[in-house]
Amino acid sequence: MTTKLFGEPVRRREDARLITGKGRYLDDIGAGALAAAFVRSPHAHASITDVDVDAALDVEGLVAIYTYEDLTGPLAEPLPVLIPHPQLTAPRTGYPLANGEVNHVGEPVVMVVATDRYVAEDAAERIAVTYEELPVIVGVDAAREARACVHEEIPDNVAARHHQETGDVEPALAASPHTLSFTQYVERSASMPLEGKGVHARWDADDRSLRVHTSTQASTSVRAAIAAKLQLPLDQVEVVAPDVGGGFGVKIVHPWPEELLVPMAAIALGREVKWTEDRREHFISSAHERQQRQEVSVGFDDDGRITALDVHVWHDNGAYTPYGIIVPIVTATQLVGPYVIPVYRVVVESVYTNTVIVTPYRGAGRPQGCFAMERTMDRIADVLGLDRAVVRERNLIQPSQFPYDHHLTFQDGRPVIYDSGDYPALLGKLKALVGWDGIEALRDDADARGKLLGVGMALYVEGTGPGPYEGGHVQVLGSGKVLVSTGLTTQGQGHETSFAQIVASELGVPIEDVEVTTGDTRRFPYAVGTFASRAAVMSGNAIALAARGVREKALRIAADVLEADPGDLEISDGVVQVRGTPGASIPLRTVAVLSNPLRYAFDEAAKQATQFARAGSDDKPPVAEGDAPGLEHRDYYSPIRSTFASGAHAAVVEIDPQTWEIDVVNYAVVHDCGNVVNPMIVEGQVHGGVAQGVGGALYERMAYDADGQLQNASFMDFLMPYASEVPDIVIDHQQTPSPLNPLGIKGAGEAGVIPGSAALASAIEDAVGRRITSMPISPTELYDLMRSETAERTAASGRRTGVGA
Amino acid sequence: MKPAPFRYADPRSVPEALEVLAAEEGAKVLAGGQSLLPLLSMRLAAPATLVDLNRVPGLDTVEVNGDGVRVGALVRHAGLLAHEGAARVQPLLARATANVAHPAIRNRGTTVGSIAHADPAGEMTSVLALTGGSVTVAALSGEREVDWQDLFVGPLETSLLGAAVVTAAFFPALPPRSGTAFAEVARRKGDYAVCGAGVVVTLDEDRRVATVRASYISVGLTPEVHDLTDAVAGSPVEKADWAAAGALARTLVEPDGDLHASADYRRLLVGVLTERTLAEAAEEAAGEFE
Amino acid sequence: MSVPVDTERTVHLTVNGVPREATVPVRRLLSDALRHDLGLTGTHVGCEHGVCGACTVLVDGEPVRSCLVLAVQVDGAAVTTVEGLARDDGRGGQVLHPVQEAFRECHALQCGFCTPGFLMTIAAGLEARDAAEEISEEEVDDLVGGNLCRCTGYANIKKAVRHAAASMAVPAGTVAGPPAVPAESAADGGPR
Repeated sequence: MTTKLFGEPVRRREDARLITGKGRYLDDIGAGALAAAFVRSPHAHASITDVDVDAALDVEGLVAIYTYEDLTGPLAEPLPVLIPHPQLTAPRTGYPLANGEVNHVGEPVVMVVATDRYVAEDAAERIAVTYEELPVIVGVDAAREARACVHEEIPDNVAARHHQETGDVEPALAASPHTLSFTQYVERSASMPLEGKGVHARWDADDRSLRVHTSTQASTSVRAAIAAKLQLPLDQVEVVAPDVGGGFGVKIVHPWPEELLVPMAAIALGREVKWTEDRREHFISSAHERQQRQEVSVGFDDDGRITALDVHVWHDNGAYTPYGIIVPIVTATQLVGPYVIPVYRVVVESVYTNTVIVTPYRGAGRPQGCFAMERTMDRIADVLGLDRAVVRERNLIQPSQFPYDHHLTFQDGRPVIYDSGDYPALLGKLKALVGWDGIEALRDDADARGKLLGVGMALYVEGTGPGPYEGGHVQVLGSGKVLVSTGLTTQGQGHETSFAQIVASELGVPIEDVEVTTGDTRRFPYAVGTFASRAAVMSGNAIALAARGVREKALRIAADVLEADPGDLEISDGVVQVRGTPGASIPLRTVAVLSNPLRYAFDEAAKQATQFARAGSDDKPPVAEGDAPGLEHRDYYSPIRSTFASGAHAAVVEIDPQTWEIDVVNYAVVHDCGNVVNPMIVEGQVHGGVAQGVGGALYERMAYDADGQLQNASFMDFLMPYASEVPDIVIDHQQTPSPLNPLGIKGAGEAGVIPGSAALASAIEDAVGRRITSMPISPTELYDLMRSETAERTAASGRRTGVGA
Repeated sequence: MKPAPFRYADPRSVPEALEVLAAEEGAKVLAGGQSLLPLLSMRLAAPATLVDLNRVPGLDTVEVNGDGVRVGALVRHAGLLAHEGAARVQPLLARATANVAHPAIRNRGTTVGSIAHADPAGEMTSVLALTGGSVTVAALSGEREVDWQDLFVGPLETSLLGAAVVTAAFFPALPPRSGTAFAEVARRKGDYAVCGAGVVVTLDEDRRVATVRASYISVGLTPEVHDLTDAVAGSPVEKADWAAAGALARTLVEPDGDLHASADYRRLLVGVLTERTLAEAAEEAAGEFE
Repeated sequence: MSVPVDTERTVHLTVNGVPREATVPVRRLLSDALRHDLGLTGTHVGCEHGVCGACTVLVDGEPVRSCLVLAVQVDGAAVTTVEGLARDDGRGGQVLHPVQEAFRECHALQCGFCTPGFLMTIAAGLEARDAAEEISEEEVDDLVGGNLCRCTGYANIKKAVRHAAASMAVPAGTVAGPPAVPAESAADGGPR
């Protein structure tokens, strides 16, 4: 029997290999390959005056050393600016190997290739690079002050000034009954997948073809980059993303220098070459995200309804801008959340610093936008003495207002028009789930135990599934196997399962017969990539359309054989049959054989098919005009614009007023991503996102010193949460299907992380009665805040006794 | 992150180990390796030779008698943690060891190794000091006992020079009418403590506080023992002002700040943890009278 | 000198019940020896400084970070890796360890990179305890507390530990078997 699998918590098909050690991650490939290691800059900003490799030359096992001087053609040019934008007026990118200057600690300067990684590191250690240090800029404030500049020709350190407005904000603010203005900060964190990056390249000199495996979120784009930079015809380059040990954004950037240099060396040496990034390299040379300074001015009426919002953000983009201003745009446009903002102006200045580049990390600017908007709501509530949930409620877009046009332009260049949602219902569910109205009793109970208790909430709307397109290919083999491929990649989302569910449901075949391949350019050469919570929306719909194409063809062929009308046929459990006529059926696998007029009887399937085969008409070609041999279909899904998921989180914290340790005792999530393919997988995405949200709020930061040295470049000091730091999470669901795509789905990958800092800041502020203006916050910082003379006390704390006194 | 080249020996006796240590310049002893291996892989340490003690027989025993607990150089944290006899004679051993990292690290790391590593963030250095313990040092000239005060010179630095192997650590037994407690504040469970405190409270025969001693983790460059008796001396145990002892402790310590805690915050924690652990230890000591 | 001081050694190990040997530089980490000298790539390396736990294997039955041990140090030892966690069913197939089953059933993995370290740590921990006793939350926390996962937020890993502990509480060979799989999960994708 064929189960309707769409929407079911189907257990993951990829797990069988991953739990038995049979996964195939990057470093599992290419036993015997030469190993690459890099000499990376120890300085945040310096000129390179000399590179002396002599001492490395006698290291036994050394194979090759490459410096910038060895790069030729396009490889010697700066790396591409992937996403140019008219407002990105001063884009800068690095070189694959530093060309006379380094702009952050960790920038690659020399590549060493040796017989194994130990030896490569021995050689790298002996290479002497002479630097002349230059002034260093660390952090948005230093970049704004611009006492020095990162790039000589950009004296103000401003890469881009992104600006959008929906009306004349200044008069609107002036006319508002109340206004308030404040400044706040968000600190850097990073994706930090458990598997770092890695590249393996194999050059076939006879075939003149290059096969590259890379731990990427965009294999088709890496392929194009390698072809362009190494000047190879596209058809001679294959790129495969094997099992990828987590991405969370950092692996969407392409080409990373190593993705060009490793293939370059493989071709030059005629040997397999592999680079496996180690953890320290990942800290100092893979992308970070999140740091912003936010200045917010808001106007509102006596009821707490916003009348105008003016936001100026300084966004730290690190040393270079290969990924354009995607993160600033996302912050600017997603900031407005589920609220009606009558007049909105936003300026994001994206500034250079002598630190690792900033590109999307799960959430990609949304957590910061959410932090700005939600903390604004908290402040309005505090000023007016209103319940924080009430203020939010009064500002929500109502269900009747969809589609809701914010009159903003999203990261994909399309309008920010919310397609569907029910925000009041979200908020209602959240309040019930966390027990919002009963919080004072909890506070008293905690107080009796000597603890300060606080609750906070944050809502968000997340644009997911941006275009331009993804494709899917579905092919039924004579064996009955159904091969499915799509070009985008997988790094833990369970696509082999969810895409198989879609095909099994659309086509009427057992899921056991469906095999899904992602991220392999040999199987599907056109793709955009896995980011922006787009895989299920984009490839899911493309694959559904491809499956529908196969179904249509199968029914046409079967109708011919069964002498029935295609409309009277159904496919169930891999068999096409005339509805209501037992016995009048043909297996789909047989239809697949029949779909190809050339069928040598290699196997039983072909032999059996002959019983159905009928002589073709002499006056028609064996393959009809407009038809093609084979039971397969390729289709693409290209959305008119993004679809908008939404959610609401609430956190309850208990704080020890002696040690200022912060304990998250309850974390509630209400989540709406439209129709759900596999609720088990979606819930897993929410769990993981929340853990990263909590990590970003309470534990993780990139601690650069003023010299641009990352002080905590290890798992000992970069405090990614263990299980002991992640609260139990309660989840409630809501489904408002998207009207924009055939499956009615919205993305779910990033949602969990977005409101973490906002909700926890609100909760901590509620507990301690001091304004929280910077996240993350640690106990030592909370202690500083509590004894600071200048720390602002919340009005709410003044209204309560015993807090903030 | 791969270790630089080194030479390796795994002697079968302490004299053999000493022989290699004496012969090889830049040689270093390897026991559990849980602190040393990360330093090697990060190339922050690059000894010319590693002398691995793991195949030396007889070093993996815990000897317990009325005087105290002698822990051999190859006793793993997990082994000491599970040793009921040791916990009975000196309860601080298990209480502190439970705070050492995570189980997989405790399965391999050794108590004596972490003492010889002399990390002020290590639990066992502090416990050695607090209990007034010592280590047994084997050298070519023979074996000697080195008191904790003479062992720790600075962060990650001991007084042991040349060819020397710490073969055991001795932790004196808890005196009668005494109680202990140990507590840490760490950013994540299992991390090195931001601040930790171990305390011993001893009562006189009238249930009055006789002596109070404390030692702290991640506070100061080397382990120190602070006598807090003055704050509470002579108080009946139920009425002792442990907050006063905490306040005294805050004036005695000189913590440093780092990424995870300011010096002031550490000082705050010294006070809080002192007060809390003393109350717990005092209750235990008072229990002796029941 | 009587004591050999070497730069290279031949190491003899019993890995997953099979005698293996490898000649390695003495600086070779056990994690690298397993992965690159013996081809057992199921053991993953996430940090190489002993914090993440992805490389955890069993050495003589006890969980150990294989990046914090030199291969030469375990000469003569029995090492179990994730490849050896399932047992042969005697018919050419494999019977998954209850922890492996539980990880799949409870969606306790996403990218799967940290998974082998969790599996080894939890399997050893569950086998060392009295299976008949119901597992406490504290025990669950201890079993998962020393390994990093960036995908799952740990909730389902903890759930899998409880699930595995419950299924191990049923003596092998009894008819009852592990707790029935909820009907909703009957649509298993099956092995690849």
